Parts: sequence; structure tokens; C-alpha cells
Amino acid sequence: MTRKRIVTARINGKEHEFLCAPRQTLLEVLRDVLGLTGTKEGCSNGNCGACTVLLDGRAVDSCLVLAVETEGCRVDTIEGLAATDRLHPLQQAFLEGAALQCGICTPGFLMSAKALLDRNDDPSEEEIRFALAGNLCRCTGYDKIVRAVQATVATTAAGASQGACE
Amino acid sequence: MTTIVNGNELAQSQADAATRPAYKVIGTRPIRHDGVDKVTGRAKYGADVQLTGLLYGATVRSPHAHARIVSIEASQALALPGVRAVITRDDFVDPKHRVEELGEGAVDIAHLSRNVMAREKALYRGHVIAAVAADDVHIAEEAARLVRVEYEPLPPVLSVLDAMRDDAPILLPDLRTQSIAGQRGDKPTNIAKHFRYEKGDVAAGFKRAKIVVERTFDTATVHQGYIEPHNATALWNADGHVTVWTSTQGAFAARDQLGNLLNLPISRIKVVPMEIGGGFGGKIAVYLEPLAAMLSRKSGRPVKLVMDRTSVFEATGPTPASHIRVKIGADADGRITAAEAWLAYEAGAFPGSPINPGCMCVFACYDVPNGRVDGYDVVVNKPRTNAYRAPGATNAAMAAETVIDEICRELGIDPLEFRAKNAAREGTRRVDGPVYSRIGMAETVEAVRNSDHWKTKLEGPHRGRGVASGFWFNAGLQSSATATVSADGRVALVEGSTDIGGSRTGIAMQLAETLGIAAEDVTPTVGDTDGVGYTDVTGGSRVTYATGWAAYEAGQDIKRQLIQRAGLLWDVDPAMVNYEGGCLYGPGDKRITFRELAAKLAKTGGPVIGRGTSTHNKPGGAFATHVVDVDVDPETGKVTIVRYTAAQDVGTAIHPSYVEGQVQGGVVQGIGWALNEEYVYDADGRMRNASFLDYRMPTCFDVPMIEPLLIEVPNPDHPFGVRGVGEVPIVPPPAAIANAIHQAVGVRMRQLPMSPPRLLHEILAAESGNLSPEH
Repeated sequence: MTRKRIVTARINGKEHEFLCAPRQTLLEVLRDVLGLTGTKEGCSNGNCGACTVLLDGRAVDSCLVLAVETEGCRVDTIEGLAATDRLHPLQQAFLEGAALQCGICTPGFLMSAKALLDRNDDPSEEEIRFALAGNLCRCTGYDKIVRAVQATVATTAAGASQGACE
Repeated sequence: MTTIVNGNELAQSQADAATRPAYKVIGTRPIRHDGVDKVTGRAKYGADVQLTGLLYGATVRSPHAHARIVSIEASQALALPGVRAVITRDDFVDPKHRVEELGEGAVDIAHLSRNVMAREKALYRGHVIAAVAADDVHIAEEAARLVRVEYEPLPPVLSVLDAMRDDAPILLPDLRTQSIAGQRGDKPTNIAKHFRYEKGDVAAGFKRAKIVVERTFDTATVHQGYIEPHNATALWNADGHVTVWTSTQGAFAARDQLGNLLNLPISRIKVVPMEIGGGFGGKIAVYLEPLAAMLSRKSGRPVKLVMDRTSVFEATGPTPASHIRVKIGADADGRITAAEAWLAYEAGAFPGSPINPGCMCVFACYDVPNGRVDGYDVVVNKPRTNAYRAPGATNAAMAAETVIDEICRELGIDPLEFRAKNAAREGTRRVDGPVYSRIGMAETVEAVRNSDHWKTKLEGPHRGRGVASGFWFNAGLQSSATATVSADGRVALVEGSTDIGGSRTGIAMQLAETLGIAAEDVTPTVGDTDGVGYTDVTGGSRVTYATGWAAYEAGQDIKRQLIQRAGLLWDVDPAMVNYEGGCLYGPGDKRITFRELAAKLAKTGGPVIGRGTSTHNKPGGAFATHVVDVDVDPETGKVTIVRYTAAQDVGTAIHPSYVEGQVQGGVVQGIGWALNEEYVYDADGRMRNASFLDYRMPTCFDVPMIEPLLIEVPNPDHPFGVRGVGEVPIVPPPAAIANAIHQAVGVRMRQLPMSPPRLLHEILAAESGNLSPEH
């Protein structure tokens, strides 16, 4: 067995020190070591997007990142999206627009959508669909997900999409 | 935009709408009760279960599609540090053949047991040979690789027509064909069952026809594609009680299967249904649950198993590939005179494909005066198929609805006119026997005809528009609910239907409507098998109908008890007390609200608990008519969906957003089935595309907005007019798209999926004049 390493990363705005084996993915460490089970596993080979988190602000499949690679990085997960006292506008829009059915893909979609809105506060439908194409949903047919992102854009003033992640 | 037609444009539906009561809660769009947990990552799904002393499991699976298992040697695996248990076929009892209804398909327990753990033979690639439990998942996976299995490979049978040949290799030596009149064949075979349905005089009907079109079709194996892989965590306690936390469409169905497979009384098993990340019919049969339980028994520790995506594809229950022949005759006016179908569905390694519903659905949208349908359930060396959203109906509709389109072209009749003319109505007898009650097939055709989509001209080269209709039965079965009134005037609802798409809110809304309180004042919970009464699976589009009815009964029970309490409080005869709109009224101007009375329960006799069950079995059939515009790239054969409108009779839309969601989701699954999804097998029976990269489900970049037209023709046999809505939306898309492709580029597709290489092949063949005789 390879020896475990100590890794320090800024997870949801707080510095965390954790122990992990070199072969453990960020997904496994988030779920099994840190207890952050909001990030979901759908395929473990980067095809479904259920495990999407933000790594230094960029949406990545956490199943394709080794945990040791996150040394010194910022990692934002679904658990950090809402502020203490209120949901992120995307979360609120998903609820009001019924943009989820079974809910297993929802955390990944929210993180991908956040990454999109962080860099583009007025995306077209085409840009939304392109940005979310790495996330599979089998329940909704995507209609209400795209509309929820559009609703977020429409109802949040400039700056509101910054959210509570940091 | 979504339009709720509410029957406004239709005389018959106007009558229905006029009698519809004014609802306060039903038809509104409250935020679902489990919503916040699901958008914050707090909701607990099966893979999120954590227990003290938890072990992790891994499975050993057959690399062969068909092989005799000569020997299994696990000593090396057991010697690996951290390994706590290994199980093989030696750990399972051999149950006798006994068929159990699972709610959306039946299963022979002997076959189920052999599907969960291979015995003499591996019957498909991915069939479980052994399972391991260890301190962590990496050790378990390493140990699984150390289990030595000796195989003697056998020739695989990989298509339904090959399997039906007299000289085909036999999968199950004791299988005999069960034929029409219940007779059992006398020689080994791969044909498990032959169904036949007949109505009228088919030969005379075809004789009367002006046009007869007969075509054959092949459809590929497709998977439900839920994003959450199967998982199970089990604890076999020292007192012999077993608890299983799992992702299932039916906690009770899982419990009953486990009782059979583990040879335990069901009262010793508790199944705790965790939140479930999609099912669509594929999470009814058990796979990992019995393995986790046996590993726990052997190790004395709780054990968690999570399936990898490859195994989900290779070894759970996709929906069958099929070979179908359909022949339909019509007179000069475009009235169907006779119809005939021959369907053979691949059951996979064990009998039980949805061939029977396929037979019953194939002509179900129409008033067919003379009909005959033959169906065959056939085993092949692929995973044992299971239900997938309207199981069996989509394959059949692809055939029947494209033959109808050809008839319409030949006769020069508008396809909606043809469907309106031949639509099944109240009183129509289906070919397989049943007579319809009030249904909305004709209304869905009319809604499409009146839609903006249909009225907007389609322009541009290589573009085409297609329509198709579809039917699904819906199911009733058994459901239970209890509702406890709390002192603050809210109600805690416990119901037995695992919630895949927001159903707990639809059920809570029916209780709220019954009691005259707000949807937010009901807190719904999905119970485990020790916490709520028996409830059948979340399947058959039955939950909002049946479990909603159980919640309605629980509400009625609460009302009866509150009337008693008010009588006591006011010292009047309870017969003088009325309950209306969340208020109780007594003689004079006595009045007390639900909330005020709830606060007085402790002093008027203690807690009030309502209970309700439903065994009602008239869920009302579901009908849908879809219209789609496609754009075909003639250089590549790629089809782009430009616009899609889906009209459906939804009975009463309890929570319209989630009804629209069912329609939109079903349509997009149907688009995937139509254009890309298929199991690609090599000659040895290896699936070559067992990943989400290569098994190509639609992404959000592949589809447009899906416009649902909800037509409300209330089901006369439900207190709120509910009909099942979840399954039928997947039925019309492949046929509608095939019909649109024909209009766009002039070729008829009779194979699913209509993937770019297949369509390009047909386009090139048509261009070179090398048409198959059927074109």
C-alpha cells in the first residue's frame, strides 16, 4: 500500500486538512472522508456530471480529479452553495420551477450552472445548454432545468449570482 | 409555453370541466416538500448510508455471455488482509419455481435467485459469480480480482430470431413453451411463452380493405439510464432480523423478494427505502440487496454494495430488443378494417419480457373491428430485461404508428384526421378484450390539431413533421397511508410509495384538499416496511392515483374523528356537525377551524390518526398524441429535433409542474430511444458501449424545449379524477420521429435507433435507386 498523504485545501470557504491515499479521487474523499455526500456518483468516469464541483472556480468532474491534486486549491461543493439563512438564487429557481424530479443530478447541475453564471451573467439558451451538456439528467428532459437557469438570470440583479460559495 | 387545455376547445371535455369541483390545492404548484434537501445536497440516497463498522463490497462477474461455471476458488481472496467474507452460489438456497407479481411485471423466484447469483451457468456477460466484503472498497475490488473462476465457454444466442430457431443453443434446460391455452411444450426451447389475442374476423376485415400495408421492424435493447447506480446496504443482526437500506421503486417488493431469496419470513426483514435517483422500471427487481444481506450474515457486519456503471448496463434489466411485424388494412375512407401483429421480444437470460403489454398496446389507440396479435417471450444471452416506462408499448407503437403513417400517405388522408376517425373511445373494445371507460384519445388528437405547432407551417429543406399516438394502461394495485394530526394544526403523512419524481407532494396535496388545509401544512414522509402499510411499487403510473387515494381515505378518516371530537366539545350529536373547507360547523353558529380543534385533541380524547388504503383498480388509460419537427442532415444522417409538442390526457393534473415534467422527461427518453440509444454487442455477446460516453443518452444540448399540452379528462373512477401520467409520454416519440424523417428525406426507417449511420445508409440507398422492396 502506498502511504497516505496529508492534503490541505480550501473547501467551501474553510481550510481543511485531510488524509488520503494517492489513488483516491476527490469524489471519494469528499464523500467518504469528509462526509460531504451531496456530491453524487453516477458513473465514475467523467460522463454524467453528477459529481461536478468547482475547482478554483472551474466546474470539474470530481471523479476525474485525484484528491492529492487539490493541495492548495479552492473546492466548492453543493454543501457550500446556500448561505446560512437563504438559498442561492439558482437553488430557489430550481425549486420554484420544478427543475428536479429524482434529484440525483441536481447538485451537479447547480454547480455547473453556477460556474456558467459566474463567468457569464446573461447567457443565451444555447450557451446554457452548451454549458450544461456535461451533466446528464434522465428525468426532466432538461426543459425546466434550462428555464430555471433563465429565471435565475432574469430575477437576480447583477452580482447576485456571486452566491455564497466563498 | 405550457398550455393547460382543461377541455376548453372540446365539447365533451367541456362537460367534464363543468362538473369539475373548484379545488383549492389541486392544480396549484407548491414547492415540493423534499425540495430544499435535494437542492442543498442533504437528501440521503442509498449510496450515502453510513453505519458503524460498515464493510464495503465488490462483485465478481462473468466475462462470458454463456459459459458453464466449472469451479470457483476463493481462498486467495479470503487470505487478503482486510477481507471479511466471500459468497458464491454455495451460499444460496435454490427456491422452487413460483411466479410472484412485482407490480410492473412478474418474476419466477427460481429465476430471480439464479439471476442474482449464477449457479451452473453464466447466462450473460456481467452475471454475478461471487461477491466480497472488505474493510474498504479498494481491498474488496482487489479481492474480487483474486477469486479464481474456471469457465467452459458455450456458444451465445444473441438475437430473438436466432433464439427461436430449432437448432439454437438452449439457455435453460428445463424451459418449455407455455402456449396460448396454457399448454406446456414437450421439448427444450428458448421460447418461454406464446400469447395470442383475437377479435372479430381478421381475414374478412382485410378483404374489405382498400389498402393493406405490412412491414417488419427491429428495435435494439435500451436501458432506463437512471443516473444513480444500484446500491444496497444490509445488516443481518445477531437476532436474525435483517435491515436493508436501498434504492428501490418498491420497499415491499424488495422485502418480499428478499424473503424468498434468503428463505426468511418477511416479518424478519425491514427494507428502508432511501431517496432514489431514478428508476423508470429498472429498480423493482433486486440485484445487490440479497448479496449485501448474505455478506453481512457471513461477516457479522453491515455491508454496502454500490454497482459501477458498466455493471448497471451489462447486468441490470434493460428493456428488450424486439422483432415485430404489423399489418393494417383500411377502407377508402381511412377506417381501419383489420389489423394483425406478430411480436417477439428478447426476455434476456430468464423469461419475463414485457411482451404481453406490448401485445395489448399495439393497437390500443384505435377502434379495430378485426384484430389478431401474437406475441413471443424469448430468452437470449443478454441481461434479464425489466420494465422501462410503459414496458413493451414503445416497441409496438414504433411499428403500428409508422404503418398507419404509410396508409395515410397512400390514401392522401391527414394523419390527425385518420387518428380522429379511428380513435378508441368510451365503449371501444380492445383486441385483447377490455372495453374502455371515459378516455381522452380523441381529445389528444384534437389538441394537436388546434396547437400552435400544428398550425405553424414547417419550412426549409430536409425538414419534416411527424405525428404518432400512444397508449398505456396505468395500474391500481395496493397502497397505504397514515396521517397524524399534530397540535399545531399540521398533519404528518406517512405513505408507502418511494418518491422518484415529486410524488410525495402530489399525495400530500390530495390529503390537504380533502382536509381543506394548505399543501404546506402536510408533511409527507415515505415509510419503511415496518412503518407503513403494504404498498406496491412506484410503477405503472399508479402512485398519484392509488397512494393519492389512500391519502384521501386517511383524510376522510380524520374528518370522521374530528366530527366526533367537535360533537364532544359542543355536547351535540356528531350527526349535527359538518366538516367543510377546513372548518367544522355545528348547530346555531358553532364553528371551529381544523387548526383550533387540533390544539384541543389532547383534552377531547387524545391523538387523531387517520388511516387509508386503496385497492381500487380503475386507473383510467393514458393516451398521448405527439407532433415533432425534425431537420435531417443528408450528408451525415444526423437528425435534429427542431420542435416537439406532446398532448396527453392527464385526468386531473394535481401538481401541473410535475405532470409537465413527466411528459417532458418521457419524451426526451423517447427521443434518445429513437435516435441513438442501443446496446451494441459483438459476436461473443460483449456489450461494446457500456458507458455513458458510448451509450449515447440525450444531453441538454441535443434537445429543444418540450411543449406539453395537458388535456384534463377526469378519470370518473377517482375522487379527484386522477389518471396515471408518467409512462405514456415515452411511447409515441420513435414513431413520430420516424414519420417526420420520412417527410424530410423520403425514407422509411424500420429499425431503432435511427442513428446517423443507419439513416445515412437508407438515404444513400434511396439516392442510388437501390430501394428495398418495401419502400
